[in-house]
Amino acid sequence: MLVAHLDPLAASIFSLMAIASLLLAFVMLGSQWLNNYLYAFAAESWVIAILSATVGLYSGYPELYLIAALTALFRGLFLPYLLWRIIRRLNVTREIHEILRPSSALVVGALCVVFALAVGYRVGQSLGLAATVAVLALTVMLSMKLIGFLMLAVRHEAISQILGLLVLENGVFLGAQILVPGMPTLIEIVILFDLLIVVACFGVLVQLLLAHAGTTSSLELNRLVG
Amino acid sequence: MIGPLLLTMMSAPAAAVLGCLAFRDRRIAEQLNLAASVVVFAAAVPLTMLSAGGPYSFWRDYIVVDMLGAWIVLCTAIVYLLASIYAVGYMRLLREDVERLWSFYALFAGFALTILASAIMNNAGLYWIAIELTTLVSTFLVGFEHDAESVEAAWKYIIIVSAGISLALLGTVFFYWSGSFALGPVYDMTWSTLQRTAPKMNSILVTLAYLLVLVGYGTKVGLAPMHSWLPDAHSESPTPVSAMLSGALLNAAMLGIVRYLAVCDAAGVGRFARTVLVALGVVSLVVGALFIVRQGGIKRLMAYSSVEHMGVVALGFGFGGLFGVGGALYHMLNHSLNKSLMFFGAGNIMRAYGTKEIGHIRGVGARYPVQASLWLAGAVAITGAPPFGLFLSEFVILRGGIEGNFGWAVAAMIVLLIVIFVGFLSHFRAMYFQPAPLSAGGPSAISCWCVTPMWLALAPLLLFGLWWPSAMWEHFSAISRVLTGLSP
Repeated sequence: MLVAHLDPLAASIFSLMAIASLLLAFVMLGSQWLNNYLYAFAAESWVIAILSATVGLYSGYPELYLIAALTALFRGLFLPYLLWRIIRRLNVTREIHEILRPSSALVVGALCVVFALAVGYRVGQSLGLAATVAVLALTVMLSMKLIGFLMLAVRHEAISQILGLLVLENGVFLGAQILVPGMPTLIEIVILFDLLIVVACFGVLVQLLLAHAGTTSSLELNRLVG
Repeated sequence: MIGPLLLTMMSAPAAAVLGCLAFRDRRIAEQLNLAASVVVFAAAVPLTMLSAGGPYSFWRDYIVVDMLGAWIVLCTAIVYLLASIYAVGYMRLLREDVERLWSFYALFAGFALTILASAIMNNAGLYWIAIELTTLVSTFLVGFEHDAESVEAAWKYIIIVSAGISLALLGTVFFYWSGSFALGPVYDMTWSTLQRTAPKMNSILVTLAYLLVLVGYGTKVGLAPMHSWLPDAHSESPTPVSAMLSGALLNAAMLGIVRYLAVCDAAGVGRFARTVLVALGVVSLVVGALFIVRQGGIKRLMAYSSVEHMGVVALGFGFGGLFGVGGALYHMLNHSLNKSLMFFGAGNIMRAYGTKEIGHIRGVGARYPVQASLWLAGAVAITGAPPFGLFLSEFVILRGGIEGNFGWAVAAMIVLLIVIFVGFLSHFRAMYFQPAPLSAGGPSAISCWCVTPMWLALAPLLLFGLWWPSAMWEHFSAISRVLTGLSP
């Protein structure tokens, strides 16, 4: 078990990375401009890639370097590029349809983190890992899930929803690197490829939405009810 | 013997996908898909029979043919065959999309392939990937007609299901983590390994992981309150796709829940896990009942009936024991047959009347005597009336509930099934016996491609209502023993 006896330097680096990516999630939550949103996502992916490499260094799983490289390449460069292209083609620069203003969204996001901390601490305690980086990893994992769902709920632009989904998965990725660095490489690589397909599908679908439903805001997708 | 069968079964739809892409011709694509579905069915039947010989694993343990997975494969193969026959007649009517029809068949065969693949994945992570792939392929099938409604349905489908399934990924990671305390940081996360290691897992972590997985795959199964994508996707997709979504995909997603439930049982948190699943089942029945009673769309009516029946299956697995599990598995098969029949009938009527609104469909019985009586028989069957298969399976599930000490859920189930019986059939009464408006034109012909699969679905449904084959019962009891950990 890596997290149980980790040397203090590694633990601090892991914590730093985890908190940095949580902060970037808040940047995404608080920004109205889709471009900033996208840059924050790319930065978050790079932080996760660096984290993978660091975990690889300390845990002795060399395949994590590969994962790190692929994460940086796919999630840090390729996905943001695809999304950037979609944004440019759609000609939307900011989220117009938000239900919650960014400031209120930040407050709700903070509450989510508190809840995640409570759950993470409880689980950590029951495993006897309450004083380790595991609690932080769990907290960040769960709170990024909750923040992702929050983004899906309060944002209505198609791009915001795609980014919300990607934040959901970033959370899992980040936590998994710290908690289960040994999880078979095959699966992690396939999940990376999978994401690529997801975004490609979304790209096609956004085009279809615009062409046939005439909007990319889910607020106006209200034909099907009951 | 199992190996070649499996290879044939998986390569047939794969070959159909490649063939469709290579020829880009709708007639060839149609025939390729039909041929693939026949091959899949022909391979799935012996595969299911042979699976009793014990779990067979292939390709470094990543693939397994066990009795439970084989059962899902069989249900999928049946629906795939019926839907492929139906698609020939139905898709030819879509005149405006005729140029893209080859891509429909490519996606359709690909969809069947991903569902079959998810049923035989031995690794929990790969199972997650297979389920995710089913979503990606079927999104384009849901939106195939390219009108505003179907694109809206496709968008809602992919967003809601991907968000849900990402919770299942988190749950999968947590299960891996809880196993790593006993097995070390690197191990193969097969279903049997998880079940074997479960007694050493931390119960709080397992509970958390199970809840995440349940909500995640439950979204895909369409358990209320995560069902919101289901009526849209089922009603807006082309009818053969609706049948596949309802009869095949939902079962494949239920498989994941059942396998994790077995892990929870072994970890000693089974009672809690079961209660949550039963509660979701009851909520699905409630939601199904409410929306069935006041439904205006014919395919949405069928979609909510799927929510209801997945609720019944969830109740069966939640009750557990021989009767619960056996009833739920039998219910899966019957539901696959019956829901295909119902969607086929709905698709035909929808095409014939040119509307999805129940209020505009009147005098069905007089206009289409043969296919209307088939459809009516299906409607009686799907509400759980004898002498059809669903009556037997629901009855056995009720018995399982009584033996499993879930009295409250049994009571709720009986009341809600009666409400659904009344609500569902009252729509059919209106469609059949209320006088048709005078403006209705003469009946348009319905292709025999569209009626034959209805016969093919109804015949076994009636047969299984009258006679529960003992081989099937033994299959179920063996699965139930494996799930409860009584045999490896």
